[in-house]
Amino acid sequence: MGYVAVKGGTQAVLNAEQLVEYFRLKGESEPITTDQIEQQMRLAVDRAMSEGSLYAPELAALALKQSEGDALEASFLLRAYRSTVPRLAYSLPTQGAKMRLLRRISSTFKDIPGGQLLGPTRDYQVRLLNPLLTKETSATTRRYLAELEEKLKKVPVESGQPIGIFPKVADSMRTLGILAEPTAQDKAEAATEPYDTTRKALSFPAPRSARLQTMARGEVGSLLTFAYSSVRGYGDTHPTLGELRVGYLPVAVAHPMTGEAVEIGEILATECEMVSRVTEAEESEESQPKFGLGYGFSFGHSEVKTISMAIIDRVLSAAKELTGHGQSGPAADEEFVLQHIDGIESSGFTAHFKLPHYVTFQADLSVLESTREHKAAKSVEAAEQRRQITSKHKLKPLGIAPGMGEEEEDE
Amino acid sequence: MEQAQNWLNDFLEQSTPREAALEETADGERDTLYNFGMLDEDSKREVRRKLLKAVAIPGHQVPFASRDLPIARGWGTGGLQVTLALIEPHDILKVIDQGDDASVNAVNLRRLIQKTTGVEITSDTLEATIIQSRHRIPEELLRDDQILVLQVPMADPLRWVEPAVERATEMHAEADYGPMWVYMYESVVRTGDMNISSQYPVMVAERYLMDPSPIPRYDVPRLHRAETLYLFGAGREKRVYAIPPYTNVAPLEFEDYPFTTEHNPQQHCEKCGANDTFLTSHYLEGQSGRWAYFCSDTSYCDKRTSNQSVIREESR
Repeated sequence: MGYVAVKGGTQAVLNAEQLVEYFRLKGESEPITTDQIEQQMRLAVDRAMSEGSLYAPELAALALKQSEGDALEASFLLRAYRSTVPRLAYSLPTQGAKMRLLRRISSTFKDIPGGQLLGPTRDYQVRLLNPLLTKETSATTRRYLAELEEKLKKVPVESGQPIGIFPKVADSMRTLGILAEPTAQDKAEAATEPYDTTRKALSFPAPRSARLQTMARGEVGSLLTFAYSSVRGYGDTHPTLGELRVGYLPVAVAHPMTGEAVEIGEILATECEMVSRVTEAEESEESQPKFGLGYGFSFGHSEVKTISMAIIDRVLSAAKELTGHGQSGPAADEEFVLQHIDGIESSGFTAHFKLPHYVTFQADLSVLESTREHKAAKSVEAAEQRRQITSKHKLKPLGIAPGMGEEEEDE
Repeated sequence: MEQAQNWLNDFLEQSTPREAALEETADGERDTLYNFGMLDEDSKREVRRKLLKAVAIPGHQVPFASRDLPIARGWGTGGLQVTLALIEPHDILKVIDQGDDASVNAVNLRRLIQKTTGVEITSDTLEATIIQSRHRIPEELLRDDQILVLQVPMADPLRWVEPAVERATEMHAEADYGPMWVYMYESVVRTGDMNISSQYPVMVAERYLMDPSPIPRYDVPRLHRAETLYLFGAGREKRVYAIPPYTNVAPLEFEDYPFTTEHNPQQHCEKCGANDTFLTSHYLEGQSGRWAYFCSDTSYCDKRTSNQSVIREESR
């Protein structure tokens, strides 16, 4: 009883699994530890967590090891794992302002409350390959760390200030009165529980919370494509980066007995706010021209993703608020964007074409044959008509010029 | 009203294998690391509730949350969730892909279900209580105590004429199928006949246009007034739908261009000799390599072949 071994496929599947292991290991180099991946492939870990929709750096490192660095495959593993663990609680709403910052920049004002903080960024590195990295050893990395520590000791520490907690640029804009109020619909939605697309299928038109959730789980390349298309020309948002912040965000849940907020840890996250002018149709007649805000958020350090998300959020909000003119292009089509940015779904379906389609292709063949017969019958009909016309006017049929094609043969 | 609600709750209680996780299966092969059927009981219950709604409104697409599975989206996650939500320890399961029990993806899905439920597996269509299939309905006539679960890639038959789900949902609500009829008409004008090979749109219970999943046209008539419950699961599209037993299912057709199947009585299977099954072409290696037709339903073909050898031996 139990498993009936079905010939053919079973053994092939098992053999394929063995071969994957073989190709992963056949170089016989030292096995990579998940610690190494977690610490030295930080951005790959962050991407897997973000698209896998699970904040678990150790598991993301494991997923990357198992998938040999394939970003989509690693996030797929995390998503599948997610389904096996119970959902014990929802965290309480948190605020970007509570973030312990590593980095925070704004392109709207040079001087902002708290100042600009470049942090760990490659933005101003000249992208030349560094051959020294091929000779890196634990001795060289230790020496580097020791030297850096010495330097840090000389940096004066301001006392009394909570380290890395800065006010938000958006709040300054609100004080200045240049930021548009959320729409009545956004306000109404914000008063209710956020939509959870993992518990309820996404439907359209989607509330903003569903949009943001879908994008936060989205695949970076897909988000980038839509955002880029909109700012490059297929849209008329002209966004400015209000604020981009990377840092540690506290997460709290309600205590099951007392209901009080209890902090359960911190997550590394990236948050981005893009601003762009609210189009005239969005502005009511009595109100002043203002800027609208687009929001982006991601687990881990992921700047391109959050900027893209914030741009799309702004574009979609604008498209929703106004009917007729203004926002245009594929990125302004809510359903078109939200249905195509999930990496697990899009890669899964695109890869499914590898599955056998013997039956469907046979059905295609039968239709192809009947269509061919139909075309053949039509062309016979057309040829007959042409023949009649030609004989009527005594036209010479076109012939191939003598000598044509001989040159190629000589070569 | 309250009574109806109680009845529904009782029904759902009864149909939930609550203690399943603790039950020993006949062969004890189930991996106890996971809940029975992998999904947690709440997730399974959600699928079952949505399936009840689907059965109550034949052909209507019912949204469901659709969990992430260890199988890729587009590889049968919808069918799999339906099967996992329904399966009980005493069930006997058959999984086929394009008619074939040995197809790699069928093997893989079966492996997952087997690992997390430990249920008995069969390749015999008549023995199975639940059959999960991709792109085929088995050749042997299914009974009323069996359930056929079909994996669905697209879910909405209007996708060809209206890709936006928001708009297509309205069209279904209003039974506004005009654009689909225009599509069919244009297809006839361009190609001389309905240019649809598989996934042929059908009208269910004279109300909802439905995508029967990419089964060949040959299988479509088997949906009409069948004894079996047909359940359809689209994981990526997050929809389930159903054709309950004895439901009218009519493929779209014109009076002068009736619906036809691929069936060609001139062709027959070179293994079992059947000329009343769906055939696929296969290349035969050898000195004079050539193309031959075999049944796509491999277990039925095997059954016929072994019966023939029994008969032959008896007559000897």
